[in-house]
Amino acid sequence: MTTPIDEDAGAHAHDDAPRQTSVRARTRTHREPLRRQLTGWLFVAPFALVFLAFLVAPLLYALYLSLYRDALIGGRRFVLFDNYVKAFTDPSFIEGASFVIRFSLVLIPLQMVISLAIALMLDTLTNRFMRTSRLLIFLPYAIPAVIGALMWGFLYSRNFGPLTDVFGLIGQPAPDFLSRDLIFAGLLNIVVWQWAGYYMIILYAALQGIDPTLYEAARIDGASTMQIILRVKIPLIMPALVLILVFALIGTLQFFNEPQILRYLAAGTIGPDFTPNMYAYQQAFSLANFNYGSAISFALGAVVFVCVYIFMFVTRKRGSFLS
Amino acid sequence: MKTKPIIAAASAIALAATLAACSSDGGSSASPSGSAGQPEGNGGGDAACTNTIPKPDLPVVTMWAWYPNMQLVIDNFNEQHDDVQVCWTNVGQGGDEYDKFQTAIAAGTGAPDVIMLEADRIPTFQIQEALVDISGLGVEDVRANYSEGAWEDMTIRGGVYGVPVDGGPLAMIYREDIFDEYGITPPTTWDEYAEAARTVRDAGGPLFGDFAANVSALNMALQIQKGAEPFTYDPDSPETIGIALNDQASKDVLEYWAGLAEEGLVGTQDQFTPEYISGMVNGDYATYISAAWAPGYLTGAGVGEGADEGTFKVAPLPQWDPANPVEVNWGGSAFSVTSQASDPELAAKVALGVYADEASLTDGWTNQVIFPLNNNALDDPAFEDLEVEFFAGQQANKEVYIPAAQAYSGFTYAPFGQFYYDAMTEQVANMLAGDITGSEAADRIQETVVQYAEEQGFTVQ
Repeated sequence: MTTPIDEDAGAHAHDDAPRQTSVRARTRTHREPLRRQLTGWLFVAPFALVFLAFLVAPLLYALYLSLYRDALIGGRRFVLFDNYVKAFTDPSFIEGASFVIRFSLVLIPLQMVISLAIALMLDTLTNRFMRTSRLLIFLPYAIPAVIGALMWGFLYSRNFGPLTDVFGLIGQPAPDFLSRDLIFAGLLNIVVWQWAGYYMIILYAALQGIDPTLYEAARIDGASTMQIILRVKIPLIMPALVLILVFALIGTLQFFNEPQILRYLAAGTIGPDFTPNMYAYQQAFSLANFNYGSAISFALGAVVFVCVYIFMFVTRKRGSFLS
Repeated sequence: MKTKPIIAAASAIALAATLAACSSDGGSSASPSGSAGQPEGNGGGDAACTNTIPKPDLPVVTMWAWYPNMQLVIDNFNEQHDDVQVCWTNVGQGGDEYDKFQTAIAAGTGAPDVIMLEADRIPTFQIQEALVDISGLGVEDVRANYSEGAWEDMTIRGGVYGVPVDGGPLAMIYREDIFDEYGITPPTTWDEYAEAARTVRDAGGPLFGDFAANVSALNMALQIQKGAEPFTYDPDSPETIGIALNDQASKDVLEYWAGLAEEGLVGTQDQFTPEYISGMVNGDYATYISAAWAPGYLTGAGVGEGADEGTFKVAPLPQWDPANPVEVNWGGSAFSVTSQASDPELAAKVALGVYADEASLTDGWTNQVIFPLNNNALDDPAFEDLEVEFFAGQQANKEVYIPAAQAYSGFTYAPFGQFYYDAMTEQVANMLAGDITGSEAADRIQETVVQYAEEQGFTVQ
């Protein structure tokens, strides 16, 4: 949400600049900025229309819905924030939210370390083998999330998945990643597999953007490879790291696809309220409580906002430390 | 410079036209091209019906249904009728269709005229006034074609909200080879069932059955068999509902299965999953408590082929009290007329006529797509004497399924069935994980469902 505001501010700054330069210039080119403004609006118009029609309007409508309550008996009535009070005291929502927060806390560092390590490795070594690996590591991201989740669902199967054979070699029973105890690990694995390659590409691109003369200078100053990585490379790609961390945080808090698909294989383990997004879906589309479903969505939005805010606050400090 | 605005204007018009086309599709019925309920990705426009309408000048009724042989059924209907034609689409099976219907109800537009619903979903939509009472629209003419229990499932406070098509009388499917190997005969009571399970287990045999958290409708039927009466209505007051999900019978049934699971006699694998089906193929389960449509489902999933061919047989559902046997039902569907139908009378005619002709019914039961509820099929000697290939030529209909269907007296389902099933799945899963006992599971289901009912404005008795 902050980016559009920043852009706006930037646009205003540009508008203001010529106005302040000189009064004469302003009168001479009086019509020019207007026409240019119009052209600008025309360019923005298609996006703005779609943005308003398919994002802002539905959001406002959902907000409006969330202020009502619709019962099977008695019909619809205005309840103001009752649905929100209910959501934040609803064990299903609280447990779901706490699950996705715990999941983020484990997933994101793990995912970061893996993608960063691979990106650094690919950046350091350049040969044909590495180029192939880059493609292969990125490949899981190209597989649709639904198909990826289904595929892992089959791989986890104890009857026909490979786990039974692998664990049979060491004489152990295969773990059931779809059981209550291990579903956390099972999902963790799927998400890391799917997204690590994507984050790796972003970090790799950022690393490629670093001026190689910096490494040369560092070497001349006597820095080891490890020191170059820790003191030059990582600080310089910090903005990219923060960016993907925010992506990952928002994405994970809105966790939906993978558990929703695995639910078909393990309904006893993954309830309809497993994550807040799934709970909102269940309320709106299976139980026809569109109002409460909207309220849950906004409540989740609030949770995401708070988490991202905390994260930005923390990393801002950390960033200033390093630079 | 001049061509660009023209292109822009042209594309804007094209976009507007597309949007307009979308919105006009939402309207209801009268012409096939403007019909409701297109499946996603159908491309819009005239491609709304899956079937081709042979007599395009007649009025058209739209319909959603997912029977596998629906194409044939609709073609039969359209050919036999000179007053109405059906435009049919398959928008998904079960839950997928209900979610779409639910959305169409909330939107006030977009539902078909006639919709296929499982019997247990009818109260959910009826209470939202999404279905039409068709009792005055020709039901009396065909009343004799179906059993009392079948009509009972369609009836809410005297109104009839659907036309029965197929049912799911429960029975016990079993592996004859496993039974022979361990020297047991089909159990007739649940006590014998547990005893037989122990015999097989003690001799090192496979699991005797499976009790899954994700088949709440089956688990509810098993509770009703013991005498539970989960939901009761007050005929005079629609706001009042009786909810009894933790009575002794419900608790006993959950305790019974929790006990079997704890002893390691039955599995706790979710059903309708590849894992479960591969278990069936492997012979991991000696019995499968399921409905009359199960053989068709299992055949489709590749069970009973190759080395397993002819190993399955079926026996009546074990009883709690053999002196007073109770037959129960799982699944089975009906055709209902929605309140968005532009011409309810015509829609009712379709609901009553589709899948009621001999050719369609015969195709349905010979291919094991349905277990018909229509007496014209049930009384057909060919149906009675059918030697079911899946059961190695056993006359399963005559021996097991027809008596079970005829003894079925109907259930009263919940008007918030999905919530009840979800709550039950959650608590049964807790129970099977060993976190809570069967009685605690029943108590928690009761508590959650009562709370939900009250939130939804019901007075709970």
